Amino acid sequence: MTTQNRGTVKVENGRYRVSGNFHYAYPNEPIRDESGKLLGITNPADMTHIHAYGGEAPFFENLSNAKLLGTKCANPKCETYGSVYIPYRIHCPDCLMRNEEVDLTELARKGASVHTFMITERTGAFNTLEKPIRFVNVEFEGVSTILMGYLSIGEPTIGMKVVPIFQTKNPTFTIMDLSWVPAGTSAADLPEGFSF
Amino acid sequence: MIKFSKQQLKIPQMSKPVYLVTGGMSKFDRAIPEKRTEELVIDAFLEAAEFIKKSPEELKEYIHSCYYGHFADHFGDQLLGEAVIHDRLGLDPLGNVGIKTGGATGGSTIWEAYKAVASGYSDTALAMGWERMDEVPTDEGNHYIASAADKDWETPMGHIYTGYYAVMAQKYWQVFGKEEESFRRTLAEIAVKNKGYARMNPHAQSPMKITVEDVLNSPIVAHPLRALDCCLMSVGASCVILADEKTAYEMTDNPLLLYTSAGSHTLRVADRRDMAIPLLPNESPDQYKDLGVRFPGGDRYPGFTGFLAARMAAYYAYGMAGIVDPTEDLDLVELHDAFTISDIQTYEDIGIRPYGEGRTYVESGDCYHTNPFTGQPGKLPANLSGGLIGCMHAVGATGIMQVIEVAQHIWGRWSEMHADEAKWKRFNRVKPDDWTDLQVKGAKRGMAISHAGVGSHVTATVLVHPDHQLKGRG
Ligand SMILES: [Zn+2]
Repeated sequence: MTTQNRGTVKVENGRYRVSGNFHYAYPNEPIRDESGKLLGITNPADMTHIHAYGGEAPFFENLSNAKLLGTKCANPKCETYGSVYIPYRIHCPDCLMRNEEVDLTELARKGASVHTFMITERTGAFNTLEKPIRFVNVEFEGVSTILMGYLSIGEPTIGMKVVPIFQTKNPTFTIMDLSWVPAGTSAADLPEGFSF
Repeated sequence: MIKFSKQQLKIPQMSKPVYLVTGGMSKFDRAIPEKRTEELVIDAFLEAAEFIKKSPEELKEYIHSCYYGHFADHFGDQLLGEAVIHDRLGLDPLGNVGIKTGGATGGSTIWEAYKAVASGYSDTALAMGWERMDEVPTDEGNHYIASAADKDWETPMGHIYTGYYAVMAQKYWQVFGKEEESFRRTLAEIAVKNKGYARMNPHAQSPMKITVEDVLNSPIVAHPLRALDCCLMSVGASCVILADEKTAYEMTDNPLLLYTSAGSHTLRVADRRDMAIPLLPNESPDQYKDLGVRFPGGDRYPGFTGFLAARMAAYYAYGMAGIVDPTEDLDLVELHDAFTISDIQTYEDIGIRPYGEGRTYVESGDCYHTNPFTGQPGKLPANLSGGLIGCMHAVGATGIMQVIEVAQHIWGRWSEMHADEAKWKRFNRVKPDDWTDLQVKGAKRGMAISHAGVGSHVTATVLVHPDHQLKGRG
C-alpha cells in the first residue's frame, strides 16, 4: 500500500483539477471474541476532502502575511451598523449584506486580552499541537465577538494581555497559522516559523 | 440576533394537544460488539410495546410517520442509516426523516414528532433515537466529535471538543464559582448523586458508589473538571410514541400531555454577541441589575457562562405548559449533565435558580430524591436516571431516554421498570443489594432538557398528567 503521490488540487476555468491519490485502500480485518467467534470487521478509510474557503479565503491567506483580518457591517441602514467581527464573517448576521474587511492586526497587538481559557492534555486523532494545549479566547476592544486560539508561550490567566503571532514560514493556510503569546514576549522566543 | 421581535417571542400555539403514549429503551453501554444498531432499536421498540401491553404488530398499526434521531453518521459509517432502521422495524413505506442536532438530537426528534401530531399530519408518530460510539478508537471519536465544532476555526486546534467547551466552564468557575473550594465540592456532589442514582437503573452504563473525594481525586480532564465530572460515551437506543388525544386513549388509559420547544445559539461560542438577559416568568427586570457587582465579570450576557438556547427553550415551553416557577410547578427534571458545571449553568438558564445562584439548588438538597439535610422528599429531584454522567450519553437516544424516565415517575411505574430482576439479568448486570425505589411519589409534572455541545441547540420537553394541568398555559 503506497501513500506516496498525495493528492493536490488546482482550480482552472472555475473547476477543480485534481492530481495524485486521494484515497488509499487497505484490506478489511476480522474482529473476533476470545472464543474465535466472528463479531465484525475493520473498515479502513484513508481519504482526502476538497474544501472551499470561499469568502473567508482572505483571512486564511493573510495570516501568512502576519495580518489579522476581521469584518465590519458597512450598511448604514443596519441596526448593528459598524459592528466588528472576528471570526471573519462574510455577511452581517443582521442585514445579511456583505461585510467590509477590516485589518485588526494593530488593534490585536495593542488591545487583546484573555476572556477565558482552558488547558488540556487530551487531544483527538490528527492533532498537531504540542500537549498540553492552552486554549485562549481572546477579546478585543470594540469587537463584538471573542476569538478562540491557542497560547504558544506561558500560562494563561483571565485578563492576561496577549499578542498575535503568525506562521509566516511554511504556513499551513489554516487557523493554526495564528497563535498567541503574552504581551512583551521577545521575538527570539517564538516557536519555529512564527513571527509577530 | 440581539433583540427579539414580537413574532419571535410568540408562545407556540399547537392545533391540537399531543400525548405521550409509551416509551422504551435498550441497555446502554460503552460498547455492544454483539449487536447491530437495528437490534438495539428493536429492543427499545419492544419495551415500548410491552409497556402498554401491545404486540409490536399492534403498536405499528397506529404509527403513521417516523422521526429518527441519530447524530453522527461518521460513527456508524453508514449514511442514510435511518432508512436501514426504518426497514428493519418493518415500517416502510411510511414517511420518515432523520434529525441531527448534536447532543440535543433526542430532544429535537421528539420536537419533530410532536409537531407532526399537533398539526394533524399524523395521529400517531414514532420518535426513535440511537447512537453507536464504539466503532472507532477513542482518539478518532474525539476527532469526530470535534468535527461538530467549526471545521475551519476550531477543529484544527487539537481536534478535541473539550477545548472549545471547557473554556465556558473555566469562565463560570472563576466568575460565578469564584474558584471556591466549596463550589468545587458542590460540583463533585452532582457526580456523586448521578452516579449513585445510576446504581438503581438496570439500563445505566456507569453506576458507582463514590464520594466527593473520589471525584476530586479523579484524573484532571480540563481544570477544574475531572474525569468523574464528565458524561459518558455510549451505545444504545430509545423511543417514544406520541399521539393525538383520541388515538392516545385508544392505545392506553393513561397518556401524558407533552409539550416540546426548542432554542438555539451559535455553533462557535466566539460569535456570541452581548444582549440583555431574556426573562422567564419567575424573574423580574431589575433582579439582574447588580449581577456584575455581585459577580465581577458576570455582566456580559450570555458571554461564555449562559446558554441562551436553554433559556429560550424554557421560555417557550413554560408558556406552552403554563409553568411560572419550575421549582414549584414541576415534580422532577432530567437535565443534560454533560459536565457537572454545565448542569449548574442549566439550573440558571431554565430558571430553577436565578443567574449566579445555581449552586444553591444542589446545596439546599432540593435536587435530590430525598433531601439529605431534612430526610424529606427533594423539592425538585434531578436526574434520577443517573443522567449523562451515570446512565448514558448515546447522543441520539439521550433526550428520549430522559423523557421516558420522567414519564415513568408520572405514570407511577418507575419501580416496575427498574426493579425487574429479569431485566437486570438480561442486561448481564447485578442488581445492588441496597437497591432503592426512587419513584417520586405523586409526580404530576416533569421536564427534560436536551442540549447540544456549547449550546447550539436545546429543547425542553414538559410532561403533564392530564388531571393536573396548569392554569395560564398558551
Ligand atoms: Zn448589518
